[in-house]
Amino acid sequence: MPKPITSVNDFVVKFANVNGSGSASANQLFAKSILRMGVPIASRNIFPSNIQGLPTWFEVRVSGANHLGRRGGVDLMVAMNPQTWDADIASIDPGGYLFYDSTKPLPLSKFRDDINIVGLPLTQICNQAYKDARQRQLFKNIIYVGALAWLLGIDLGVIEQLLGEQFKGKDKLIAPNIQALHMGRDYARDHLPQIGLKVEHTDAVGDRIFIDGNSAAGLGAVYGGATVAAWYPITPSTSLAEAFMRYCKRFRHEADGKARYAIIQAEDELASIGMVIGAAWNGARAFTATSGPGISLMQEFIGLAYFAEVPAVLFNVQRGGPSTGMPTRTQQADLVSCAYASHGDTKHVMVFPEDPAECFEMGAQAFDLADRLQTPIFVMLDLDIGMNDWLCRPFAWDDSRQLDRGKVMSAADLESGKQFGRYLDVDGDGIPYRTYPGTHATRGAYFTRGTTKDRFAKYSEDGATYVDNVNRLLLKWETAKRLVPAPVRRDAAKPTNLGVLYYGSTTPAMNEALGTLEAQGVHVDAMRLRGFPFSDEVEDFIARHDRIFVVEQNRDAQMRQLLINECEVDPAKLVRVLHFDGTPVTARYITGAIAGLVNASTAAPLRKVVG
Amino acid sequence: MTYLQKPKLHHPQLPTNGLGFTHRDYEGAISTLCAGCGHDSISSAIIQACFELSLPPHRIAKLSGIGCSSKTPTYFLGQAHGFNSVHGRMPSVLTGANVANRELIYLGVSGDGDSASIGLGQFAHSIRRGVNMVYIVENNGVYGLTKGQFSATSDLGSKSKKGAVNTDSPIDLVSMALQLGASFVGRSFSGDKRQLVPLIKAAINHHGAAFIDCISPCIAFNNHAGSTKGFDFVREHNEAVNYMDVMIGREPIVADYAPGTVEVVTQHDGSVLRLRKLVEHYDPSDRLAAINYLQERSASGEIVTGLLYVDPKADDLHDHLNTVARPLNELGTADLVPGAAALDKLNASLR
Repeated sequence: MPKPITSVNDFVVKFANVNGSGSASANQLFAKSILRMGVPIASRNIFPSNIQGLPTWFEVRVSGANHLGRRGGVDLMVAMNPQTWDADIASIDPGGYLFYDSTKPLPLSKFRDDINIVGLPLTQICNQAYKDARQRQLFKNIIYVGALAWLLGIDLGVIEQLLGEQFKGKDKLIAPNIQALHMGRDYARDHLPQIGLKVEHTDAVGDRIFIDGNSAAGLGAVYGGATVAAWYPITPSTSLAEAFMRYCKRFRHEADGKARYAIIQAEDELASIGMVIGAAWNGARAFTATSGPGISLMQEFIGLAYFAEVPAVLFNVQRGGPSTGMPTRTQQADLVSCAYASHGDTKHVMVFPEDPAECFEMGAQAFDLADRLQTPIFVMLDLDIGMNDWLCRPFAWDDSRQLDRGKVMSAADLESGKQFGRYLDVDGDGIPYRTYPGTHATRGAYFTRGTTKDRFAKYSEDGATYVDNVNRLLLKWETAKRLVPAPVRRDAAKPTNLGVLYYGSTTPAMNEALGTLEAQGVHVDAMRLRGFPFSDEVEDFIARHDRIFVVEQNRDAQMRQLLINECEVDPAKLVRVLHFDGTPVTARYITGAIAGLVNASTAAPLRKVVG
Repeated sequence: MTYLQKPKLHHPQLPTNGLGFTHRDYEGAISTLCAGCGHDSISSAIIQACFELSLPPHRIAKLSGIGCSSKTPTYFLGQAHGFNSVHGRMPSVLTGANVANRELIYLGVSGDGDSASIGLGQFAHSIRRGVNMVYIVENNGVYGLTKGQFSATSDLGSKSKKGAVNTDSPIDLVSMALQLGASFVGRSFSGDKRQLVPLIKAAINHHGAAFIDCISPCIAFNNHAGSTKGFDFVREHNEAVNYMDVMIGREPIVADYAPGTVEVVTQHDGSVLRLRKLVEHYDPSDRLAAINYLQERSASGEIVTGLLYVDPKADDLHDHLNTVARPLNELGTADLVPGAAALDKLNASLR
């Protein structure tokens, strides 16, 4: 028997539950209580594409040291689902703890001898206390939260306060919940052994907030001035559109109830993006929220918006692909399908938020970018950021900031006799001026079309005219490099010829891995990519290092493909570090992979490394 | 002659409308469609209708999909913004545009290939949402631009130019529009301007989803013996239920009709439709009766035309969305951005 794991404010708890059993709110209560004690946490839901009955997990990483990615491994398993028992038991780290419902005796073969077993006769306690089946089900979850609070030293007062907040307005539910909580705590206090994992009050959370990326992005769209949202429900993006709706209801109604926004649930993704393009063409800020399959459906329209130069914002909350893939699992696997969406020569701007704070910021900024560049902008979230609550810096806004509507000619501009050519590059940055429909009685009207046109929007199939137009689009692409969010660089403690590129939800696990690698003597300069097209800083970073690991959550190293393609980098320089089983990448995985690659190349320097 | 620029000069005594515009101010570029194409007659009817209604041309947005019909917005209302979108998707683009600015007039132009095949879904959903628009299908029962394939509105048993017989059942967009809740439904024939122009005028003045199915013979690929969308066939089988005069504002009523032959409908905006009935018992306010009548006459091989249904008090999408009166595209930072203080409050609730 290995030594029981002992740790204060640094461990992983995983709950294994049955979907639809009411466990989610109890588990969130548990997670939030630790946060309220001033201890940072990262929580992740691993759920099925199902409403009731299939297995679901909730993982809480408690990290006083602020490691908010997945660590890997489990220190305490709360095993409440017989369907997944064997795999759940197997996933516990040696010396870790199993907390389970001991009402029904299980054969010894169902356990492991290198873990610590804590049995609570949960069903028995519940059945004695409650007659109603629904009550038994719901309070069962609260009872185990009470027992866990005792085992881990969580302040019961904090949980009681949270229950009070949760049931505010439904006050008669508070007392029974507190009663169930105490029932669990009392049993644990009187019957269960002490365990080595503890939560202690500290002050490591600061002013940070706890929110999911979809809500943050929906709020970003409100602050970005979006007035039209057209969408079609698809996991994991649905809650983004719903968040926009929620925040609009709060912030965008006149005193007489009239709405300063329009949300349309379209008949499909094609209509969603069509409405977005129609609205944006007509001068409103518009967006859609979708996931990979939706992007596939929108391809034709995305090409139209690129070629006709109509602004559009698409939030892509990526899930496991291809095809229907893993609808409730996370991946970063739509980079190529978004970067070059649609037929013909197309390229599209993407931004990659690292957490909900950036989902908010980039969610707002995307609308300025779309108007400024007159092209579709993809905000690339994934399920991990989108649907999980993350601890992140609070949202901030500068009240002096104005919406940047880009190059739009007003009635006065047209009246003054300024020349208007819809596709005329007046400023030399590849971005032409546009007019909103209905601006002026005799000037500024033009025809928007997906066919080739000259600088004055006149239909043309002339080769030279076509080349002139598509080359201007390339010039605009160059301009975009200066406008997308700049990469964030983090240098190693010592000079090194090793670099790592990463993006999006990989960030917290990457940050932790960098610390661990540094402690092991592996020094790696890091750059977090935030935008596509890549700015000069990215090319410079690649040029300054001999080997660059590209860490991503897809099978085909899609960011690496974009880097090779757009920066014309020697592919041998870019080493794949890939994680794509649908669960969020862990710090342990990245550390192991990079350390392994570095050590392998030191041992056999002539061997070509493949990631 | 399409390589010629259209001259801007016109006769000094050309009649003008309430805005001082002549007919010419509502024209567009010279058509590149085949000489004699029914679609050009529809463009001309649109020009006539907008001229007669004294609409400022730039306050109209004309949107289309792909195909011969979808090319036509280039040939009318040159001062209006146009959007030639993608195949079958005009309805969604128009819906988005309409939501962004409720003050413009939205004219959606489509064809039977565009709306009855790839675009059937978007056609249906734009109608059921009650988008305030005029949706015209220039229906020739054939794919013209790809040279003569059957379309989804080709009648069962009709013959293609090459002699093939259509074995698929036709889609009747008018019946569909009625079933889907369109609040204004009409059918006409490109060769009958007397009926078509007032129908377009009434549709423009209608508040809600107005749908017009306009049979428009394809001179090149669907105007032969055996076709059911050719000029001769349509003339022989056209069963008009009514003709209409559209009165805007306080125009004096000069026409004198026999009692019981005229029905007066007053629309949302005050425009008055005076329907001269040709079929005595036809009631254009009865959706169910309209559907029945269409089916019955269609079974006898007749094409029912006229104003088939109107609900003068209909709602539109903006009514359903409860949007502000100001167009959404005019709202600025102060209207839209809640600001830092609201954000601080929100932050506090997330801890």
